[in-house]
Amino acid sequence: MATRTIIPFGPQHPVLPEPIHLDLVLEDERVVEAIPSIGFIHRGLEKLVEKKDFLEMTYVAERICGICSFIHGQAYSQAIEGMMKIDVPERALYLRTIWGEMSRIHSHLLWLGLFADGFGFESLFMHSWRVREKLLDIIEETTGGRVIFGTAKIGGVRRDMDTFALNRIQGELKTIEKQCREITDVFKKDGSVQRRTKGVGNLSNKDAIALGAVGPTVRGSGVAIDMRKLGYAAYAKINWEPVVETGCDCYARCMVRCRELYQSFDMIYQAIAKIPEGPVDVKVTGNPSSEYFARVEQPRGEVIYYVKGNGSKNLERFRVRTPTFANIPPLVKMLGGCELADVPVIVLTIDPCISCTER
Amino acid sequence: MAQMKIAKVITRSVLSRPATRLYPFEKRPFFRNTRGSVSIEIDKCIFCGICQKKCPTAAITVVKASKDWQINRLRCIACNACVEACPKKCLAMENAYSPAVVKKGADDAFHQGDKSKAEATQA
Repeated sequence: MATRTIIPFGPQHPVLPEPIHLDLVLEDERVVEAIPSIGFIHRGLEKLVEKKDFLEMTYVAERICGICSFIHGQAYSQAIEGMMKIDVPERALYLRTIWGEMSRIHSHLLWLGLFADGFGFESLFMHSWRVREKLLDIIEETTGGRVIFGTAKIGGVRRDMDTFALNRIQGELKTIEKQCREITDVFKKDGSVQRRTKGVGNLSNKDAIALGAVGPTVRGSGVAIDMRKLGYAAYAKINWEPVVETGCDCYARCMVRCRELYQSFDMIYQAIAKIPEGPVDVKVTGNPSSEYFARVEQPRGEVIYYVKGNGSKNLERFRVRTPTFANIPPLVKMLGGCELADVPVIVLTIDPCISCTER
Repeated sequence: MAQMKIAKVITRSVLSRPATRLYPFEKRPFFRNTRGSVSIEIDKCIFCGICQKKCPTAAITVVKASKDWQINRLRCIACNACVEACPKKCLAMENAYSPAVVKKGADDAFHQGDKSKAEATQA
């Protein structure tokens, strides 16, 4: 048996701005075992429910993550709406779908850039982020915020878009889609990308299910699990099927995200075509007094919001399980037996968001 | 073939204008809807304190007795909650961000009786 060495990966590592720490047990250049530890940036947001009332908590929920902020706000609102049995107007549901899919596109473009950077393809990283910038402009124009949208609200949404704005963003999105195709073609066909990603970080179909992987990680292993199929917001009224790849490796997970980009564009076009007229919010009266689970698909996978009310304006319990937390056990499995040089690429394929995980 | 794809993207980006701006000489324009900073028309304000109650970060302080309205720009998250709640519509959300400050605390104070204080804090 070769001598074993332990190499620490993180909490500060050039490939990942977020603090996750992995102890990599190596035999020569091969990783035998990876021991993760998290807990560097716990912020105690769940405890805040005791101080902030349930309406104000929407702002806190939006700040759990900087990339999928809107979907966090939406998930929290859906949890409270489910608990208080609030009927959200149809138009608000469509607007939530449009903004939710926009944040999915921006998250996936960000990830594609980081992934390219992870295996050293610097110019591809820059091109992905240049395209993303155009989308952030649309988001700022329609919601008022580049990153924190601030439009999710219990009982609907806080802003409306008129038909003129909707048609114009559809036109702009078509241009962005064309630019995306040029970039994703490189991920799909370039030889150097394939050599770094194909056959790396295998997660078999059986393991993905047994370890409870979520999002593109599980769909890259051939399992069609997508929370949007539950039909929340306007997803029940839109034609779509979950994107599934059967490669089980880093390349498959990358392809899931590339194809989901176009699916999201298509969903936005469909939503713009079908969006009904009407109000965008309803007035919320009373205080929540039961409990509810909301499950929503984020760019990284399924997020679970558990809320419990006690009849007062402050919730009794608030718990979030974010997709990265669910994806850490599969990550440890993928890292077993890989090369040390492949570790950054494999860690990136679960799209880790440690700030969400620790809240 | 795939190499040709990235070559096409790269050639276009070499021949086109830079995607970045030459800040600070060229500034990024704000959108009409950008949530930048809260502004107040102090003459219309009735000092009811609803904005203070609605503010999720407790950035606004209103004292009815002395007709004082103050906002701590470093605490404000520009969520628009005060603007939506204002009964007199004297609060508005400007699309430009508030300028950088050098000290912490309430850097934007308005006092209706004594306008010089407001001018002094803004200077």
